[in-house]
Amino acid sequence: MKLFNEPSPLETKIISFRFGLENSASIDTYLAHDGYKALRKALEISPDDIINELKASNLRGRGGAGFPTGMKWSFVPRASEKPKYIVVNADESEPGTCKDRLLIQHDPHQLIEGCLIGALAVGAKKGWIYIRGEYNYLIHIMDKAIAEAYKNGYLGKNICGTDFEFDLYTHTGAGAYECGEESALLESLEGKRGVPRIRPPFPAISGAFQSPTLLNNVETFSSVPAILRMGGQAYADLGVPRSGGTRLVCMSGHVNKPGVYEVPLGFPLMKFVNEIGGGVWKGRALKAIIPGGSSSPLLKAEECDIPMDYDSIAKAGSMLGSGGLMVMDETTDMVKVALRIMRFYQHESCGWCIPCREGTTWLKKMLQRVSDGHGQTRDIDLIGDLAQNMMGRTFCPLGDAAAMPTIAIVKKYRNEFEEYVARNPFASPELVSIA
Amino acid sequence: MALVNVTINGVQVQAENGALLIEVAKQNGIEIPAFCYYEGMSLQAACRMCLVEVEKAPKLMAGCTLPVAEGMVVRTESEPVVKARKTTLEFLLSNHPLDCPVCDKGGECELQDMTFKYGVGESRFTEIKQHVPEKQWSPVVFYDAPRCILCYRCVRVCNEGMGVGALGVSYRGVNAEIIPSNGDHLECDECGSCIDICPVGSLTSGIYRYKTRPWEMEHVGTVCTHCSNGCKTTLGVRNNEIVRGNNRDKSGINGEFLCVKGRYAFDFTQHPERLQTPLIRNAAGELEEASWSRALKLVAEKFKALAGPDFGVIGSTRTTNEENYLLQKFARTALGTASIDHHRTGDVVTLIDSLSGKTGQLATAEDLYTSKAVLVVASDLSQQQPLLANKIRANVRHHKAAVYTVTPGPVREDKIARKAIRIAEADSLAGVEQLREALSKEAELVIIYGDAIQGEKVRQLVAFGESLGIPVKYVALVDYANSRGALDMGLLPDLGPGYHATAPGRSLQQMLDDPKLAALWVVGSNPLKGGKSLASTNAFVVVQDLFLTETAQRADVVLPAASAYEKNGTVTNVCGQVQRLKKGIETVGSKADLAIIGLLARGMGVNLGKVDADAIFAEIAASVPGYNQLPMPVILTGGAVQTHPVNGGVPPSSVPGIIASARDTLFTTGSLTRYSKILNEVLEKPGALYS
Repeated sequence: MKLFNEPSPLETKIISFRFGLENSASIDTYLAHDGYKALRKALEISPDDIINELKASNLRGRGGAGFPTGMKWSFVPRASEKPKYIVVNADESEPGTCKDRLLIQHDPHQLIEGCLIGALAVGAKKGWIYIRGEYNYLIHIMDKAIAEAYKNGYLGKNICGTDFEFDLYTHTGAGAYECGEESALLESLEGKRGVPRIRPPFPAISGAFQSPTLLNNVETFSSVPAILRMGGQAYADLGVPRSGGTRLVCMSGHVNKPGVYEVPLGFPLMKFVNEIGGGVWKGRALKAIIPGGSSSPLLKAEECDIPMDYDSIAKAGSMLGSGGLMVMDETTDMVKVALRIMRFYQHESCGWCIPCREGTTWLKKMLQRVSDGHGQTRDIDLIGDLAQNMMGRTFCPLGDAAAMPTIAIVKKYRNEFEEYVARNPFASPELVSIA
Repeated sequence: MALVNVTINGVQVQAENGALLIEVAKQNGIEIPAFCYYEGMSLQAACRMCLVEVEKAPKLMAGCTLPVAEGMVVRTESEPVVKARKTTLEFLLSNHPLDCPVCDKGGECELQDMTFKYGVGESRFTEIKQHVPEKQWSPVVFYDAPRCILCYRCVRVCNEGMGVGALGVSYRGVNAEIIPSNGDHLECDECGSCIDICPVGSLTSGIYRYKTRPWEMEHVGTVCTHCSNGCKTTLGVRNNEIVRGNNRDKSGINGEFLCVKGRYAFDFTQHPERLQTPLIRNAAGELEEASWSRALKLVAEKFKALAGPDFGVIGSTRTTNEENYLLQKFARTALGTASIDHHRTGDVVTLIDSLSGKTGQLATAEDLYTSKAVLVVASDLSQQQPLLANKIRANVRHHKAAVYTVTPGPVREDKIARKAIRIAEADSLAGVEQLREALSKEAELVIIYGDAIQGEKVRQLVAFGESLGIPVKYVALVDYANSRGALDMGLLPDLGPGYHATAPGRSLQQMLDDPKLAALWVVGSNPLKGGKSLASTNAFVVVQDLFLTETAQRADVVLPAASAYEKNGTVTNVCGQVQRLKKGIETVGSKADLAIIGLLARGMGVNLGKVDADAIFAEIAASVPGYNQLPMPVILTGGAVQTHPVNGGVPPSSVPGIIASARDTLFTTGSLTRYSKILNEVLEKPGALYS
């Protein structure tokens, strides 16, 4: 299968090394390239050993929140009256993110193997891969791979000749961004409306069908076989302290060579853009970078000289998030960026809680008005204030995801909003304050 | 449960470990405002009004889902909390139409109250509001989506409270709205609980909308006159017209629960066919209007002349205890007859006899909410006994009670039952026997049975219950608002008040069948319903009723009676709980049955003493076993008290009577409901609840 982009020599290919191989999605190719070796190793060691390897690997969740994976796995209770489940979050919907798609398209067996190791670690016998509705073609690829795995004795009963059994199914979403939030995903998986659940309890205690559930992102599960093959410590050493291993970064926007590249955690951001991405396109200067999907606050060009790991980017006031890196050149209109982002979140807000439902709508209407040239000076403060009023007050992180980039854009590019307002002949300066 | 120390606003309080903060605050007199939180329903954490500051928490926490823990320090009125509330309300109001002046809810709207207390005075919203047209989902339910704040109370009350699940949420984000079960309309119980529970004016009642402002009504707490459950309903009365029924103070045995009848079916009082003047059959054989004085004089004379053993009296299952008591006393003394009966709908008598010598084995409505197990035998509770069904559902939800059903067809309780036995009514006891093992493992049990269990079968059922070796209580189901009171007050051919033996007379059917019957006095009953006829063609028939029923059409004199909403008195519900009726309105031309009996006695020169509800109730309390120890303060303030019927066995009956429930549904209760426009409208599209 043809690759989306040419690989770069600067990449460290740990989970993407089979990308581009002939028939890379087939089990034969997989088996010829270290396939299911990690599973055999996992079958020989205890669940605790598996989890300890993961803890040693410093693997952090690749879905966006970056929670330490080993710790998450250890939360699933060992003894449970109820069955335990594995759920893979393949509802990749964060704007700017397209890595899970490649992992399923090019290497579905790696994901299956990751699920199997997860099942061994927590004692699950059943799992689902919840695939984004728009990724319809991936469901066929995944189903085919699952069928191959059953046929070759890697799924079903007596896996690899042991008494280990595991069944894996695909399940399709219906096009809601909200269902990428793990508890909303579980609601949707159970056939209900995709709105988040009250937490605690977390899925590890009460997830799918009120049973203990191990729920991780595609890339997280896909990283597990490599960790077991090379050892947790060796994997951790690829990255930086507290951010182990490599991850797929999806570079898009105004760069010469957009694409999905695997780099170690802690890889310098500017080196990534300039050397792997071939620099900002058309010879223009860099204006800003969104480092981890549209919900992460953007970084101004001068803030971008940092390594790409969870802690460094957090220190810079943003998030590594889902790895959706968006590059904007000097011509980018920040008011339009804010509007585009808010339009997405307004459209995707599930409506469950008031601040998100009403806040995103109000903000979208205001940003639209400012962008249309009817903005008032007070609107600029109000946009920032409303976003601030959503922050931390919503039921799930979607509200924060909408608020964070807005707050950052208004703060960092206030002048551009002022320029819009200045072009409005009916602008009035008065400000109505709340409280 | 362990107690923990929690500090709220600087005051240290003790609370049960794990209790919800919002409840702990309430118990200590601190309000944490909320829309979506509703006691007894599942948690939502959706409205974000209850955000409070908790020390060591990185952000504001929702008080409605936060379990308290030792050492927790909470601030509910700090600056960030106050600001968060203001902004949440600002968000809410951004899309809420500010049509309060024409909104039904204006004046009793939680959003108004919250905005008044916690909101800001001005709006910064200058954009265009989202609008969608109002929808009508059923004759009684209207939904205005823009007013909706999506607190999901209606969805929960329908699903969890009623067990119907006719409401859901559709679309998303700002377009999200509540949707009915069948695309554009509701097929449900039409109970209106969703309207009652709505904190804003989004769900409105087809009966009440645009009729009045809430503060223009008088609120009269009385008892619903339809089925036997005896729900307290608060009538909203404006200009001598009932415009609304709900239980706004959540008091009484039903809390805020009401079914379609209690909430809407008061409209029969206004029905155009309502009798408002007495009718006398003229020489041409037609009923013609007459004055009260003429009618009373005629009836009194006739009664005096015809008094004796061939005089038949049929009482009502809806009239008050006082009326029933006075009726049988008047009949047994002044009219000299023992032929007194009413439409019997359940075998309470045998149950009381079977339990003789035992105490505390008659269940109250509350017992159905607290008992660890409930057995339903041969009754479709959700259709015929909606409050009792609701209590059981709440018991399952809150206490995980074990429910068992033995019914001939599918019932809603099946869904929550541990075991549901499907068996012909005649074989119900065999079905019950199949549950012996499971039931004997329960800690306690309430057995509810319908009219299929009567006579010997009641004794067998009680013997079964007593053999389980666990505490068992019983409910003999009856149909109407005062069916139980009619029995207790001795509207029976061989039993007087308190089930004392009296000289035997004719049963209801025997009266209808007896060609020698000289007179028949029917008070609030319709024994000729369904094409039945009176064998005695010469009998002088007097009927007291609200409408010209089949029986009234056969009458020689018809006296227009007042309904239960038009008089004071007491009624006794299916569980033997006595409650007070309070007069809400007056219908010109009608008289309460009590007053009619008193006037007839006076016309006949009979001294019945003082004839008013309080005086008669005092007489009942003094002379009827079971009614003699009722704490009056509870009854007078709208509470319910269970009677303690005789405890020494009921004398065996020598008069064969018929016990037959009318098998009503949620939308019918005897002849009365035919005259409810709203029930008829709802009935035109009957719900397919079990499909």
